[in-house]
Amino acid sequence: MFQPVPNPSTRPEPPKFGDQDLIRRSASTVTPPAQRQTEVAKLIDVSKCIGCKACQSACIEWNDTHPEIGINTGVYDNPHDLTPDMFTLMRFSEWENPETNNLEWLIRKDGCMHCEDPGCLKACPAPGAIVQYSNGIVDFVHENCIGCGYCIKGCPFNIPRISKVDHTAYKCTLCSDRLAVGQGPACAKACPTQAIVFGTKEEMKQHAEGRITDLKSRGFANAGLYDPPGVGGTHVMYVLHHADKPEIYADLPNNPRISPIVEAWKGVTKYAGLAVIGIAAATGFMHYLVSGPNRVSEADEEAAEKLTGEERRP
Amino acid sequence: MSTDYDVGKGDKIHAGKPVTVDRYTPGARVNHWITATSLVLLALSGLALFHPALFFLTELFGGGPLTRVIHPWIGVLLFFSFFGLFLRFWKANLWKREDGTWLARIRDVLTGHDERLPEVGKYNAGQKFVFWAMSVLIIVLITTGIVIWDQYFFEFTTIGQKRWAVLVHSIAAIVIISVWIIHVYAAIWVRGTIRAMTRGSVSGGWAWRHHRKWLRELVAKSSKGKSGRTPAE
Ligand code: HEM
Ligand code: SF4
Repeated sequence: MFQPVPNPSTRPEPPKFGDQDLIRRSASTVTPPAQRQTEVAKLIDVSKCIGCKACQSACIEWNDTHPEIGINTGVYDNPHDLTPDMFTLMRFSEWENPETNNLEWLIRKDGCMHCEDPGCLKACPAPGAIVQYSNGIVDFVHENCIGCGYCIKGCPFNIPRISKVDHTAYKCTLCSDRLAVGQGPACAKACPTQAIVFGTKEEMKQHAEGRITDLKSRGFANAGLYDPPGVGGTHVMYVLHHADKPEIYADLPNNPRISPIVEAWKGVTKYAGLAVIGIAAATGFMHYLVSGPNRVSEADEEAAEKLTGEERRP
Repeated sequence: MSTDYDVGKGDKIHAGKPVTVDRYTPGARVNHWITATSLVLLALSGLALFHPALFFLTELFGGGPLTRVIHPWIGVLLFFSFFGLFLRFWKANLWKREDGTWLARIRDVLTGHDERLPEVGKYNAGQKFVFWAMSVLIIVLITTGIVIWDQYFFEFTTIGQKRWAVLVHSIAAIVIISVWIIHVYAAIWVRGTIRAMTRGSVSGGWAWRHHRKWLRELVAKSSKGKSGRTPAE
């Protein structure tokens, strides 16, 4: 049992982190704070999840979203995808283990991974629409969001969704508003089996160690932690019983990283692009300085008069 | 009637001192300026999202969200408006033998030695390059633009396709803005050009100096019209 985050006192307290703790801000440069806050993380132990969706309900309740009542298409996923009103989603996969011939029912809680190197933030063109706090939380700031959908293209996990109501992007906030006052995320609080636990990133890694040892002792030789290095690690991690095959968990990416196309778009294209435009303008300017305007001469006018006059004679 | 590929409906010589030559009809000019305005607005609204240093340009359009909303609609306007120009001008922009010679003497072009250049029709190779570059780039921009127009077209493509589309869109935008700079610069550098798109006419000397073949065709056409005879082919 991992000791859950205790309830905070009822006395008003200043928020535990804020604008002074930003380490990244979309389309802006920030001076990171001298002292980084302790990194936090949520650990989702897939092997302990019973698919009750209490976390989904808690998320809806805390964030006061109102997902549409859906329809059943024959699978347990409900709704069928993340939406602007559903920041987390239990994804159910049926997997036949070729080694044991057992049917395994894999349930993964999908949602924002809070990457250390967030692709959404890299792609975002609006200053301050996406921020990253020094404790690792990646958060969307709706007042600054312009609804362009670039974050969707930047995200290696296909998480952000644009609301059709206010045309801004939504995703899991890691309950930044709860954490700021010393609470844990709503989903972790609601989970009846402690499949979701929350603490510092170090604590979560240690806790995961114990879980992995336990799973290995029960025959899951490939049990392991999902903390993908391609995005600098994440602040939402999974314990997987088949960590060698993350894709069997409803297409969890095997080695996620910011797409090289996005890197090229947000990297060399910006600098080279502005340089090309600048060079085109400067070349024109230089050419004008060197060669001056190309003027029609008197002789040209006379030649034209002669040509038109001559030819016009009947 | 003239069958010259590059002589437009309204192209006409007015004799006198100096000679003036009608080059663009009012319809063509209005069409051109709608296209020009939309291209500039697209460049400004697009560049606002292209680089954080240019985000302030969103103020021109009433803020970030409105810039995001309005840009693709101006794109649609540009597409149809340019299509009008395309229908008007494509024939006169077909590649001709003298265009190769003209290009080979690009040094003389840049140093203003027009007397060393072959006689060209209504458009020279540089103008034809701008025309075809714009045509191709606008098709690329509208195609990729629709792919990344998430408000209406999100479901139709995958995220992988959208990533390519936004990359290609931004590169095509850079290229079209550079082509536009060349286009505007050429109009400023070659004196007497801008009035073609404002008042619709150029001076005879301008036509003689820069588009002599076109001028000769017009002369031939008008003498034909005047005399009412059809010369032997
Ligand atoms: C022809 C039709 C066009 C359509 C449908 C279109 C559509 C779009 C869309 C949907 C976006 C994403 C932002 C937004 O949602 O507003 C965008 C971005 C952009 N557009 Fe266009 N566009 C078109 C033409 C142009 C043209 C002609 C230019 C340049 C003169 C241009 C330059 C840009 C730039 C620079 C960006 C930002 C790309 C980036 O963030 O890297 N667009 N366009
Ligand atoms: S939609 Fe996403 S990328 Fe665009 S401004 Fe909002 S947060 Fe940034």
